[in-house]
Formats: sequence, structure tokens, C-alpha cells
Amino acid sequence: MTDLSTPNALELHHLSVAYRVGGRNRAVLRDLSLTIRPGEAYGLVGESGCGKSTVALSVVRYLPRNGVITAGEIALVGHNVMKLDNESLRRMRAESVSMVYQDPGKALNPSIRIGRQMTEIFELRGISDQAAVDQAISMLNRVRISDPIRVMQRYPHQLSGGMQQRVGIAMALASDPTMLILDEPTTGLDATVEAEVLDLIAKLRQELSASILFISHNLAVVSRMCDRVGVLYAGMLVEEGTTAEVFNNPRHPYTVALLRCLPRGGQRKDQIRLDTIPGFLPAPGATITGCPFADRCALADSRCHNELPPLHDLGGRLSRCHYHERAQDLPRTTPGSIAAAPAAHGREPVLRIKDLNKTYAAHGHALRAVNDVSLDLMPGQTLGLVGESGSGKTTFARLLLGLVPADSGGSMQLDGQPLASKLESRSADQVKAMQIVFQNPDSALNRAHSIRHIMGRALRTLAGLKGAAQQKRLIELVRSVRLTERHLSVKPRQLSGGLKQRVAIARAFAGDPRIVVCDEPTSALDVSVQAAILNLLADLQTKEHVSYIFISHDLAVVRYLSDHIAVLYLGRIMEIGPSERVFSGPHHPYTEALLSAVPKLDETEPSRVRLDGEIPSAVNPPSGCVFHTRCPRKIGAICEEQEPPLFDSEPEHRIRCHIPFEELARLQKKQEVIPA
Amino acid sequence: MGARAILSFLLKRIALSIVTLFLLSIMVFLGGQVLPGNVGRAILGPLADQRAVDALNHSLGLDRPLLVQYWDWISHFVQGDMGTSYIFRAPVAPFVIDALGNSMKLALVAFIMVVPLGILGGIIAALNVNRPIDRIISLGGLSATVLPEFVTGIIFILLFGVWLNWLPIAAVWPPGSGVFTQIYYLILPALPLFLVLFGYIARMARSGMIEALDADYTRTAVLKGLPWHTVIWRHVLRNALLPTITVIATQTGYLIGGLVVVETLFRYQGIGSLIFTAARGKDFPVLEAGILTIGIIYAVATLIADLLYSVLNPRIRLGTDQ
Amino acid sequence: MTATDIKQPDLPAPPIKHSPAMEVVAALGRSGSFITGLVIVVFWVLCALFGEYFTPHDPLADDIINALMPPSADNWFGTDQLGRDVFSRVIVGSRDILTVAPLATLLATIAGTTLGLFTGYFRGLVDDVISRILEAFMAIPVVIVALLAIVALGTSKTTVIIVIGLSFAPIIARTVRSAVLSERELDYVAAAQLRRESALHTMFVEILPNVIPPILVETTVRLGYAIFAVATLSFMGFGIQPPSPDWGLSISSNYGMIGGGFWWTVLFDAFAIASLVIGVNLVADGVQGALND
Repeated sequence: MTDLSTPNALELHHLSVAYRVGGRNRAVLRDLSLTIRPGEAYGLVGESGCGKSTVALSVVRYLPRNGVITAGEIALVGHNVMKLDNESLRRMRAESVSMVYQDPGKALNPSIRIGRQMTEIFELRGISDQAAVDQAISMLNRVRISDPIRVMQRYPHQLSGGMQQRVGIAMALASDPTMLILDEPTTGLDATVEAEVLDLIAKLRQELSASILFISHNLAVVSRMCDRVGVLYAGMLVEEGTTAEVFNNPRHPYTVALLRCLPRGGQRKDQIRLDTIPGFLPAPGATITGCPFADRCALADSRCHNELPPLHDLGGRLSRCHYHERAQDLPRTTPGSIAAAPAAHGREPVLRIKDLNKTYAAHGHALRAVNDVSLDLMPGQTLGLVGESGSGKTTFARLLLGLVPADSGGSMQLDGQPLASKLESRSADQVKAMQIVFQNPDSALNRAHSIRHIMGRALRTLAGLKGAAQQKRLIELVRSVRLTERHLSVKPRQLSGGLKQRVAIARAFAGDPRIVVCDEPTSALDVSVQAAILNLLADLQTKEHVSYIFISHDLAVVRYLSDHIAVLYLGRIMEIGPSERVFSGPHHPYTEALLSAVPKLDETEPSRVRLDGEIPSAVNPPSGCVFHTRCPRKIGAICEEQEPPLFDSEPEHRIRCHIPFEELARLQKKQEVIPA
Repeated sequence: MGARAILSFLLKRIALSIVTLFLLSIMVFLGGQVLPGNVGRAILGPLADQRAVDALNHSLGLDRPLLVQYWDWISHFVQGDMGTSYIFRAPVAPFVIDALGNSMKLALVAFIMVVPLGILGGIIAALNVNRPIDRIISLGGLSATVLPEFVTGIIFILLFGVWLNWLPIAAVWPPGSGVFTQIYYLILPALPLFLVLFGYIARMARSGMIEALDADYTRTAVLKGLPWHTVIWRHVLRNALLPTITVIATQTGYLIGGLVVVETLFRYQGIGSLIFTAARGKDFPVLEAGILTIGIIYAVATLIADLLYSVLNPRIRLGTDQ
Repeated sequence: MTATDIKQPDLPAPPIKHSPAMEVVAALGRSGSFITGLVIVVFWVLCALFGEYFTPHDPLADDIINALMPPSADNWFGTDQLGRDVFSRVIVGSRDILTVAPLATLLATIAGTTLGLFTGYFRGLVDDVISRILEAFMAIPVVIVALLAIVALGTSKTTVIIVIGLSFAPIIARTVRSAVLSERELDYVAAAQLRRESALHTMFVEILPNVIPPILVETTVRLGYAIFAVATLSFMGFGIQPPSPDWGLSISSNYGMIGGGFWWTVLFDAFAIASLVIGVNLVADGVQGALND
């Protein structure tokens, strides 16, 4: 079965896994076969619920208590994993396979020092005491931790997320494994930190011989890291091939559709609507007779519904589609055209913010979360807010809404009228003029109430509607977010994530708002659902002439929806201007780094602006320009001593940097950064 | 840095305890000297002459303003003067101190039995989650915590004292008995307390264990290829049992509540039976002193537990110094 | 332009799942401990309601000549020191405790929930002050607090209900408060603020329905302890008063004689109390299991 000289790193043969829920087996993985060759990096992509993490846990035989392998075989470096006794299994985990986990903060033991957690791995191999400590230090050096001796003395909670993940990678590599499994290793990390960790993994791959199974929902990350890629859908492998083939020339309609959902190549709301995938993933454990994707596929015919397609071998690549040769002819489900050209906007800003500040008291220190922010928002337009954790973007949103009061001194104006910083002091009209769509609809919708109650209450308090008028408007509103009356009687928990977010959007529009703050409204959603929500927001904006403050860490998403963009760092605006100018540059060195940090599908060769160090704490921000500690373009002492003003570099485009605009243009031209 | 953090934590914690005890003293004072209305009448009964009642109230100082009475009571209390018993016509403090000593012995015997066994039971249950042994320990322990001590006490007396005749049914040992004889007499009274506490401690240890076993860091440890016993000893137990420490301390309160019944049932001269006797005889000074003493014991126990918890937990000990 | 102008893609049937309440009921039905507990509790409730119609003897009738008779065909559980039939007394002995304990629990739940909602919602000074007072309360075992209050106020069923109810309120308040504190961080509360809902509406209409599960669990658990507390107080002579056939009271008046071998005067009452508290506790365990799934 396996070549004895160099066995494949991992072979899955017809693997099926189920979870036992309520006395029934619910299939999670169905007949999954794949092979990872020695030294190869294999990416496994798919949306949530497709079973990608279950693959990882099956390989190391660490399924949850209710998980059972119902069929198939797993061969790790030539050994049948399922036939190992406890001791051989332990030895296999110690010697052959290692894993890096999604949430590094939780994967490290909170009450044991980093050093001890490292050395115990070496002790397993009979290396003890000082030798183990030395090995641990050299391992930490290898993952580019600059002061390993100090880090060894720390507890996990004393390290930043990026550092924790470096330690996680060091621990995984300490046993020099043949097989390295990375399960969403950078999900949840900030963009610039993610880029560092990905760089590190890429570099280590060249130094080490390990084969890699890289699991991620992020297609761009996988395309950057992997040689080959497999696409999972409903627990089945639907397509497999080299990364370039699959992403540039997909042969399964699901892959085709998934790639179309992503806003790419600078697509914008006034040019095109994103394509979407209609319908829903089959429920876990559902019996699937034909192709699992048939219900959502515009190419599907009766054969697709009745007959499970085999994995067609297309010469070194596979596709589980009867009509794989036509996959790319998949018609759009959403028309790309825009309903109407955006109306001419008024020239007076709907919202005018001047010198807004917010200081929190944190353990006796003053934490300035928002620092002298001034900006204008034009009617019917979107202002995108971009920044990493600690940038103050969410605090800023809460200040606007009055959920937290701003420090005194600044001013806000809504339609030319002063806007009080406290919600209680605002007029009723002002309150209903500004609403929000939160990131997580599970938190934003009251799970005790029906959709009808949630919407009705909003209509009553924000629009003052009762009785029949309320009913009429309720139905209008629900239809405008493409839900039906059927959805009114259920509770939020009974809807999928995308539908819940639609309810939340409908609620925000109940009182005909002037401004809707969107706080990462799609980051808890899968890409296929995200596209539908972005389309909806764009359509509603055209229709209702509403302005958005759109907060997101995903630059492509921000670019799609925004007319203007503000880049925040440690509570300060580093750059603000029309969306295309900010993206095309010249831009602030931080924006430049942020843009180049994001892995892109269309990217040919990764030329990155590297950022050193960690995002500083807002409690103790650096002197001078707050970005100088990480800035790759720092020009000298002036950056450390003087905070640069927000400088008008071209009309409407302002940058907070000591480097003159022309100089930035010259510097950044050389390095031609491909925009998101 | 670590020591300073702990010290400031300790000072804050002590201040909070003092506030709590102050509030408790007010409640006890209200319960003992205000709620009953006319104490003199309550003691002498409805048929006594009004002048006798007034005279008694005067001699007890109960005709003074409340604030004065409270201040008088509490300022003496903190100096160790707990007032004079209405019944024994003698200072309260020696009674309380003697009784407290006896109760400590009983509580100690119960604790020595229950803490290791409760934790062990919880660990065994957690390692066998949802198997029969787990259900027996969990449900049995849970049921035992709601059985009143006098119920289990009666059953144990009948079983071990009367029918099997293994253990003495009254905790009254001959004068001059040694430590082991005393423990022998205290086993039977300690059993009902054991039952009540076992369930609490086992449940807490079990849920702490399950949480730690399911935690990501345990998965990391297992997948490192560490042997099972190393995973449990090094990675699971410490995180799992931290919360149990706090529970054990808060249970001292309930333990003392149980003492009232157990000491009465087994005719043991402890703080519980002292309170019971005082309650029966409406001897408010003894009652108040006994209750406030219990409050102090509780405050000290939770203080020690919090301190222990913060010393053992690096998150609190070191804070985040980023 | 109107909503219909925008091209609407077809929306297939959403994956509507079962309603949460039905799942809880189904889980209760599957729970062995819940069913067992329920059977025991219902048995005692029926005895309390209708026991007097089928007891073989009058539970209150003295018969000094036949005092302290061991169990026999006529007196299945024997007779006590006044010659009363122990079996008949055990059957109707739950009557008082099954009124006093549930009422005390109800009072504790209402008072505790209200306190917990207010302290959790308003936080700040109100919370600090009330929490301190509640903690001072909890520093003392419930039985002793009750003892002090009953000695001060005099014994009656109403006093026992109020005293136990108020002693348990802080414990329920603590549970509710911590649930409210985490609910308060959820965005639906912020959304309510952005609609300018009143604090009362937010507390009682938005937050309260979401903290019902922990309240329900705490209430059933508390009911077990209320029975514990009432029985204990009765045993000590501060709870239910003679001539009630109450179990705790019977044990109290007869346990002095067990050294003499008259075990039947106390053992059956002890088993009766044990079965009732265990029954309530099994119900609580079932409720907890069903709500946490």
C-alpha cells in the first residue's frame, strides 16, 4: 500500500467521521480521501461546519467524546493511526505529528511558565535539565523570539497574541515532527501580526522537512502557504489540485462561487454587486443522495440531485462534479449590475466630528482610546474605519452613538445641529437618526424574543408606529432585507447567522436613520454569506440614502463599500481620504504595511513591508509619532520626539507623517504594492 | 513586584472583610436588641410586673439610645468583652472561647475526613464522566448535601451506635481523654457534617476537572505526547482544583450552621449548642456574641482562601504587565 | 424607488430549528433523575393533600396505654410515646413543611431576582452597597440567621416563611446578579439603550427572560434547602409547632429515647424527610441538566 522507502506523510482513505448527538450519528466527514506527500504543504479550505477541524482531530485521534470514526483509515507516516495502542499513539504524538492551534492563548497552560512547557517536550526524548533548557532557548530563537531567556520565565498571559503563537509554533516544532498540522493558526490575530506569523511559517518550512496540513477558512492565506489545496464542502472533498490551478482555474461550481463572493481587485459598490451563494449548507448529519452542492448550484440538473458525482481525475487534479468542464460557466446568482446610479449627494456633511477624545481610567493609568479625531461624513456615503486591535475604532463608534460619553472639549454635529455626547441629552430625532449593526447578531438580538417582537419594538420606539401601521411597515422592512413573513414568528436562535444579521440590519433601519454604524458586520460570517450582506448594505444605501460608518479589519471589504477611509492607529487618525486615493497611495507607512500584510489571492510574488515589534499599549503610547516603534520608514529623531500633524497632502487626502508627500510617493513607487 | 501586588490585594481584602463584619454586627445588634422589642418583657414573660420589667431593662442598659447601646456593645466586643449572659449572670467571653475550641475539634475531624475524599471523589467522577461511577458520586453527593444533619445523625446513631454498637452515641468523653479517644468520640458527630460537605466539594472538584480536561491546554499537553499521568498531574490538577479552594473556605459557614444541630444531637459542648441554648433561653448577649464569632471565623476563612487562590494563580499574582 | 425595485434573489427555506422551550421539555422527559424525583415529590404532595382520608388511625389521637409499641399488623410503623400511630403521622407529616418551604422559596425567588436585577443592571454604588450587605448576610449560615430572627420575633409559620425566604434571597440575588452582569455586556442591551428604552423595560422585558434558566435551577435547588432549613428549625423547636405531625418535630420529641431501642419513633420520619429532599434534589438535577444542554 505504501512505498516503504519514503512513506507519504499522511494518507486518508475513505474517512468518515460522525458526532453522536441525541442518540444519533451525525455525519461530519464523508468518504474523505487525501494524500500529503513528504515535504508537501497541503491546504484544506472550507466554510464553517464543513469539517476541516475534524480532519485534524481525527489524524491525531483527539476527537471530542461524542466523535466516532465510522469508516476508513488514517495512515500517518505509514502507520495506521486507528490501530495504535495507547503507548504507540502517545509515541506517535510525541515523535511524528505536531499541531498548532487556532487560539494560542488557550492552547498554553495558564499556570505553567513557558520554559517548563517547552522543556517537557525535550524531556520526553530523554534530554533533561540544562540541555533541555538550552534546546528550548534555541527553539524560541528559531521562531524569532528576541529574548528567549526572559520569555521562558513568563506565563502565557504575559505575552501578546503573536508571541503566544510563536511559542505555540516553537512547541510544535520542538519534536521535529514529520507532519505538522496548522489549524487556523492566524485566525484572530491582527493583520500585521498574522503576516509576521505566516512569514515565519513560510521561512521555517524551508529550514525544516516537515509536511504541512494547513487548515483555514481564508483562501488567500492558503494560496500563499500551500502547494496543493483541497476544498471541503459538507464533509466531502469537492475539489483538489495545485493551489494555482484550483484558485485560478477552478473546476467545481462551489469553488467557482466561493471565489466570486470575495470582493477582489478593487471592486466597488458603485461598479458591481458581489456574487452570492444562495441557500444553506446541508445540516450536519443530513442524508445527501446526490451532489451535496446541488441545492445551491445553478448548473445542477436531476442527475446532480440523484447521483453523487465521483471524484473525477482531471490529470493530477480532482473535481467532484458531473459537469466539471462547465464549472466556470456557473451563472451569477446575483445580477452584477447596480439598480440605479447613486444620486447626487448634498455638499453639507451629515456628521461633523471635531477633536473627539475618550480617556478611560485603567488600573490607575489614563488610557486614551480615541485621540483628537476629527472627520466629516457626507450624506449617502460610507466612511470606512480601518485599524488593528487597540486602534480605538470600536470605541469611536460607541462615542458617536452616545453609548459612552466623550471627554469634554470636542464637538459633534448632526445635520448642522450640535450632538450631545451623552445619549440621554440627545433629542429623540437625533437618537433615531443614528443606529448600529453590531458584529455578532447572536449578541445583538435578544434571544428571548421572536423576530416579530424585536422588530415591532424597534418600530414602536424609533418610528412611533403602532397597530396596523406598525404591521405594514414591519412587513415592508422585513422584505427590504430579503426575509419573508415566515421568519417573523421564530426566535433568533432558529435562524442562520446570515439571516440573523439581516434582522439586525432591518432593526437598524426601523427609524429611517441618517447614519448607520456597521461594526464589523460580516466578520462573524462565512464569505458566501458576507457577500450577500455587503450587497444588501450597498442596495439599502442607494435606496434609503443613508450614510455608513463602516468598521472592519478586512481591507477588501472596506474598499468595496467605502467612499472615504480613515486609518486608525492607537486612537489616532493616521491617514484619511477618498477610498481610492488611500488604497492607491501614496499612503502613510502604516497604511502601506497594513495593505501589504493582507495575503491576496491575485498576488504573484509576496513583497512585503515588514513591521517590527508589537502594537504598543494605548496606556503607554510611544512618544512623538506613535507609529515610530514599528515604522519601516522612520527618518530619525524627529519621529521619536514630535508627533506629526495630520497633513493635507492632496485634496481631501490627509496623512500624519513627517515624510513629505512627494517623498512618500517616491519611496512607495519603487516597491509597487498591489492593492487589495 | 509580586509581593507588593499580593500585599495590596491582601489589604484591600481585609478592608472589605471589616466592612462586611461591621454590617453583620449591625444586623446582629438589630436582631438581638431591636427586633425583640421589649427584651425585659421577653425574658420575664407577659405576666411580670411592669416595674420589674423596667428595672430589668434599666439594669441591662436597654433604656439608653440605640446608638449608645450599639457603640457600647461593639466597642467592648472588639476588646474581648462580649457582655454578660442573662442566664448565667457571668461574662460571655469564656463560654464562647471554650465552646469555640470544642467546635474547632469537631470541625477539624470533619474537614480532615471530607477534604481529601471530596476532592478524590470529584476527580474520579470527572475522569469517568457520564459513566455509572460518575452518576453515583455526583447524584449521591448532591443528595447528601440536602439531607439535614439531624436526619443523617439519627440514622447513624441507630446504625453505628445502637445496633452495631461500634461508636459512642454521645460526644462526651471521660475527663482526661487523649487525642485518639477524643477523635473516637467525634467520628459519629462528624459523619453528618461529612455528608453535607462531601457533595459540595466533590461537585466543585468534578466541574473544575471537567473544565480543565476539556481545555485547549490539556489537548496541547496530550498531543505533545506526554504520558497520561503527567498530563493529569502537571497540567490538569492545578488548574482544576484552584476554584475548589474557595469553595472549601465558604463551606466553613455552612459547617458551623450544621454544628448547631449536630452538637445538640450529640450533646457536645460547642459553639453550636451554646447558640442553641442561648436561643432557647433568650439569652441575647450569648446569642449575639456567638453569631458574631461565627461571622469572624467565616471572614477569616474566606480571606485565607482568597489569599491562597491568588498566590497559586499566576494571573492574579503577576497581573498583565504589558 | 421602492423595495421591490431591487432584484430579490430567491430565499430558500431557512434551517429553522426546534423551538428552545420544546427541547427543554423533551430533555426533561428523557432525564431519569427528573422523573424519579418528580414521582417522589408528587407522592408526598398527594399524601399532604389527601393523606388524612386513608390513614388507618387518627394521626393526632393519643393512646397512652399503647405507647411505644413496636411495629405490628395494626400499627405498621409502631406507636410513639403518646401512643399515636407513627404510620399515620408520617403520611400526613409533610403537610406543614410542604406549605412553608415552597412559600419561603417563592419569596426568596421574587426578592432575590429583583435584587439581582437591580444590582447587576445598575452596578456602581447601588451594587457595591447592596452586595456588601448581602455578603454580610451570607457570612452566617441560614439556620443561625433564622434562629436569631425567630427568637427575636417569636415563632409562627409566617415568621418562618419570611425569615427563610429573606435568608435565601441573597443567595438567589447573587446568582441572578452574575447572570445579569454577563447579559448586560451583550449588544441587545446596547440596542435597547439606543432605542431609549427605560431601565425597567430593559431589566424586566429584555434581560429577565434570558436569565430565567439560572433562576429556575436556583429555585429548585433552593426548595431542597428550604425543606432542609424548615425541618432543622422544627427539630430545634423553632419551626413548626406541636401538635402538628411534622417529621422534624416528631424526631425532636422522640430522639431522646433511641438509646432505649425505640427506633421506630424516629427512623420512619427520618426516611420520609430524606426521601422528600432527595426527590426535590433529583428534580433540580434534572432541570439543571435539561437547561444546560
